[in-house]
Amino acid sequence: MALPKICGIETEYGIALRDARDFNPILTSSLLINAYAQPAFKRVKWDYEEESPLRDARGFDRAPAEGSIEEDSGLVNVILPNAARYYVDHAHPEYSSPECSNPFDAVVWDKAGEMILEASIEAARTILPEGQDVLIYKNNSDGKGNSYGCHENYLVDRRTPFTSLVRHLTPFFVTRQIFTGAGKVGAENGSESVDYQVSQRADFFEVEVGLETTFKRPIINTRDEPHADPERYRRLHVIVADSNMSEIATFLKLGTTAILLKMIEDNFIFDDFSLQSPVQAMRAVSHDPACRRPLVLADGRKLSAVDLQWEYLRLARKYSQEVASDTPTEAVLERWEQILEGLERDPMTLVNQLDWVAKLEVLNAYRDRDGLGWDSSKLRLVDLQYHDVRRAKSLYWRLVHSGRMDRIVPDHAIEHAVDHPPEDTRAYFRGECLRRFSPRIVAASWDALIFDTGENPLRKVPTLEPTRGTRHHVQALLDSSPDVAALVGNLGA
Amino acid sequence: MAGEQTRKPRPKREDAEASKEPTTEARTKEVDGLLDEIDEVLEENAEEFVRSYVQKGGQ
Repeated sequence: MALPKICGIETEYGIALRDARDFNPILTSSLLINAYAQPAFKRVKWDYEEESPLRDARGFDRAPAEGSIEEDSGLVNVILPNAARYYVDHAHPEYSSPECSNPFDAVVWDKAGEMILEASIEAARTILPEGQDVLIYKNNSDGKGNSYGCHENYLVDRRTPFTSLVRHLTPFFVTRQIFTGAGKVGAENGSESVDYQVSQRADFFEVEVGLETTFKRPIINTRDEPHADPERYRRLHVIVADSNMSEIATFLKLGTTAILLKMIEDNFIFDDFSLQSPVQAMRAVSHDPACRRPLVLADGRKLSAVDLQWEYLRLARKYSQEVASDTPTEAVLERWEQILEGLERDPMTLVNQLDWVAKLEVLNAYRDRDGLGWDSSKLRLVDLQYHDVRRAKSLYWRLVHSGRMDRIVPDHAIEHAVDHPPEDTRAYFRGECLRRFSPRIVAASWDALIFDTGENPLRKVPTLEPTRGTRHHVQALLDSSPDVAALVGNLGA
Repeated sequence: MAGEQTRKPRPKREDAEASKEPTTEARTKEVDGLLDEIDEVLEENAEEFVRSYVQKGGQ
């Protein structure tokens, strides 16, 4: 039986500083996060003990190569009241959402991240010299060959062979771009030139499977860092996606991938859709906004990205009927079908749902009205500013406010999620402990909290089960614990 | 069979192309109004702005 697909999204945001001569992205990111974070939360350290970004899911540890290791230790790193992690990573501010139990919640806490970045800009304004505004973009490329990521994480059963994940996920990731793409003017990283493409990220994938995330990027990332019981779980770290502004795109990105993972865990897929050349196919799909180009499968068949996604949807429907289903799954299947029908008929019919289509329509309108060529700076500015996190400046939000972009989660849920954790994963325990006891929490991470009860030694409470520590599990226990000593006692830690 | 249920009848490409024109045209007019709105929020000096947006690579 497949595991519940606990999931979360990490977003590295693009950052710039208006009117600053010596812009240092690391310092500016630090300032941004420091300006936002509450003092009570800032003093809680991030616990790095369980981090192992160089452990490979294929079963080996790699020695750190110079210049390629994670370089985030020592930089600003806070845990937010909603149990997210907000920190400086590779010269970008990064928001890692708390663990969510379903794709709707994943959207809510992802959008809450945008609001947190927007509020951070306001907070930074009180510190910076006048006129030096921080600019933040939820996109994945500067248009000059530099990319920064949007990663998804999913709880996966350790018993599922990694080779099964690679076999089934590769063609799925290559083709899901048709609804996860955020759209980009031009090509980068040595990719064949193109006016406009579906994905921000596709040009940056160079190998099929690998450990790296900042160069030689692989379609399947093998980082084996479960942030949970390593005997039972993997955390599948997905690095192929674009950052989405569209709630529908994020919902489908997480929802369809979760269903696929359940099918793989339950050994439900017997079809083999392996592609002859996945890396080339990644670019071919992205460089084809008509969504019609056939891809060659390893067995010689030729199917378009839309055709392949129909195959996955067919399997997912069968799975939900024969094995397991629930309300979010049904909502995903319905939306998935509707999107594939639209892509097949005419992608432009999805202008109110998908980022890459919405952006393309605005760009085309500018080209028509102003007679602009694809090399125009104005079009590149439109591309960039679509992703501005300031709602007054963001073109995505312009589309929303003029009724051109559909949404699926209410504002009040997003506002609530800025300061509250999800209630049905271990994030609840982390968030609630911080809210109640932050002066007595020395350090925290995804899978542990370290308490100072006033007596030696410090007490570490592991949170190795992502499905435990929910409101249902621990609220009564927290309510009956007036202080951390009582809490630790009650937990039997 | 579950498989058959997923696919609703698909319109032929020709039909889709034929029915596309009027809606696209109406939409274009509507979008022109939107562009006026967007013009007001777009950063000034697009060329300089876009040129100076350079990021260090990330993940």
